[in-house]
Amino acid sequence: MTGMEVEIAGVRLKNPVMTASGTFGAGQEYGEFVDLNRLGAVVTKGVSNVPWEGNPVPRVTETPSGMLNAIGLQNPGVEVFCERDLPFLARYDTRVIVNVCGHSEQDYLEVVERLAGESAVSMLEINVSCPNVSRGAIAFGQDPDCLCAITSKIRRAAAQPIIMKLTPNVTDIAEMARAAEAGGADAVSLINTITGMKIDIERQRFVLANRTGGLSGPAIRPVAVRMVWQAARAVKIPVIGMGGIATGEDAVEFLLAGASAVAVGMMNFHEPRTTENVIGGIEAYLRRHGIENVKDIVGAVQDQVF
Amino acid sequence: MQVQRQNRFKAAMEVVRTELLAGDIWSTILRYPEELAPEMREARPGQFVGVYPKDGSRLLPRPISICRLVPEERTLRLVYRTVGAGTEEIAAMPAGSAVEVLGMLGNGYDTESMAGRRVVLLGGGLGIPPMLELAASLYGKAAPGSGQEVPSAAERKTAVTAVLGYRSAPLFLKEDFEASADAVYIATEDGSEGTAGNVLDAVRERGIRADVLCACGPLPMLRAVRDYAAEQGIPAYISLEEHMACGVGACLGCVVKTKHEDPHSHVKNARICTEGPVFPASEVEI
Ligand SMILES: Cc1cc2nc3c(=O)[nH]c(=O)nc-3n(C[C@H](O)[C@H](O)[C@H](O)COP(=O)(O)OP(=O)(O)OC[C@H]3O[C@@H](n4cnc5c(N)ncnc54)[C@H](O)[C@@H]3O)c2cc1C
Ligand SMILES: Cc1cc2nc3c(=O)[nH]c(=O)nc-3n(C[C@H](O)[C@H](O)[C@H](O)COP(=O)(O)O)c2cc1C
Ligand code: FES
Repeated sequence: MTGMEVEIAGVRLKNPVMTASGTFGAGQEYGEFVDLNRLGAVVTKGVSNVPWEGNPVPRVTETPSGMLNAIGLQNPGVEVFCERDLPFLARYDTRVIVNVCGHSEQDYLEVVERLAGESAVSMLEINVSCPNVSRGAIAFGQDPDCLCAITSKIRRAAAQPIIMKLTPNVTDIAEMARAAEAGGADAVSLINTITGMKIDIERQRFVLANRTGGLSGPAIRPVAVRMVWQAARAVKIPVIGMGGIATGEDAVEFLLAGASAVAVGMMNFHEPRTTENVIGGIEAYLRRHGIENVKDIVGAVQDQVF
Repeated sequence: MQVQRQNRFKAAMEVVRTELLAGDIWSTILRYPEELAPEMREARPGQFVGVYPKDGSRLLPRPISICRLVPEERTLRLVYRTVGAGTEEIAAMPAGSAVEVLGMLGNGYDTESMAGRRVVLLGGGLGIPPMLELAASLYGKAAPGSGQEVPSAAERKTAVTAVLGYRSAPLFLKEDFEASADAVYIATEDGSEGTAGNVLDAVRERGIRADVLCACGPLPMLRAVRDYAAEQGIPAYISLEEHMACGVGACLGCVVKTKHEDPHSHVKNARICTEGPVFPASEVEI
């Protein structure tokens, strides 16, 4: 039996595979395809203090080996989340990580405070990096001083460990990871989507109503692996890696780059069972290499030897 | 409201046969594995599947409506227009090859509530194919409660009228409808067959009477159907389309604005892939 258990900020996960926020709802939809008990954690869609309507449609479009989305963080708000979605997730033997979004510092704090008393919530992932909301949030994630400041405010308000989710739309990801760590983050996760655009040349129109959208999927994987490696070298707190993971091998690449855990996003849409396949694939890799514990490969990448 | 069924799966199906119906309209018949018989028994007209292209650069399922489902033969028929690389790939899949299909998606039509009534199906362009399964499942159906008293044959049957709107001849699926509906009327934009104009022009010209309207087609047509139904004081159920990613309700990519707060989203947005694609016309902002 290979050791798949990992620990992030004192929270033990049965394996290092979680869902990426916004691609798995609050678990119900893919619960018909995947045994949620198998997952290391379910990370929910972004939750805000009040219901958010999100952006006009079209909100999604396919791109080569990926997709653009501009959902705009539509969600029913933290009250409905606590009354409906959380009890559903609490029935399963998996960890619940709630992704938190907001337009302002106050918005974030309200959600974090509301969740403080919810014992079914193991961790909070703070989305300071969504490219699709017009007011504010991205600024928190793109300026190291802002990021550090909001991290420490949320850290003080939160009852659970906090994971700061970093945007790749910055020049120096290591600096951002360090800023989150300095603010007291218990972990960082990356990457969120890369801002992109698609144009319908026949109609000479933007494909997405929002004009720009966030790129995800295998198309962004090499960028994500590089950024995870840079962030992991820059900080001591755990790093959760994501970006186009489709297989166990893809996940191993992130682990070798320094991620302590990984998340599966867009590829759920291609194959609803991707999370379970990734778990099986990591196990197979470890067996094939005679490695007893998944922790042993975290950050184990080395330079080429000639 | 429409009942939501949980009959979801992702499975490989075998391509039985693909043929060109007209212009760039293709018909593909798929055979599903025996294990899916229970899910397929639950399937309702108006539901759709997601067909996965094989090309690794195209990762999202292509939403295509059920055109016809024949459980005795374990076949699912899809009729679609080749508009891009994904549908072109589907049309080119050789007989005998396997294709990954996500199903059954969406709510579908509530056919029980239409039994014994005069149901008029309005299909415009690529809105025609899903109307065929609807016609077939309503056609010849007895009204609820019949068999006790002895109502006349006309009273007991659901009357199915299909009004099909095309850009121009050659038409597709017309014969199939003739075998599954009490009456079939044609409208073409260029007047090359049937009524010159759209499906509502045909309804007016032919004096077609309805207790219920079911419609699928381009948005301007659906808006006109909504207004016509309101004018006549009858219910209309319309089937909507939107760009989709997951197809199962997880990504919130495919919403439509609704008149009232949607019970799932708690905002005035419903997921077309889950709460839809069939909505009462009076409930959505189109
Ligand atoms: C519920 C539903 C049922 C449908 N049923 C049918 C049907 O029975 N017959 C039929 O011919 N067409 C149907 N469509 C439209 C069909 O899904 C698109 O024509 C098809 O996805 C185009 O794919 P492509 O790769 O050929 O085109 P591309 O333009 O290359 O596709 C690029 C991306 O855009 C998406 N896309 C493009 N056009 C549409 C569209 N009109 N609606 C939604 N997504 C789109 C594709 O899925 C893909 O992700 C339906 C759509 C929906 C939402
Ligand atoms: C449709 C969609 C919705 C998303 N919604 C959120 C969200 O609400 N909060 C968030 O932090 N990230 C969100 N993301 C980003 C993903 O969690 C993930 O960081 C990104 O997509 C990269 O991973 P992937 O390539 O595996 O999808 C979303 C991504 C997609 C595709
Ligand atoms: S396509 Fe994802 S919610 Fe409808």
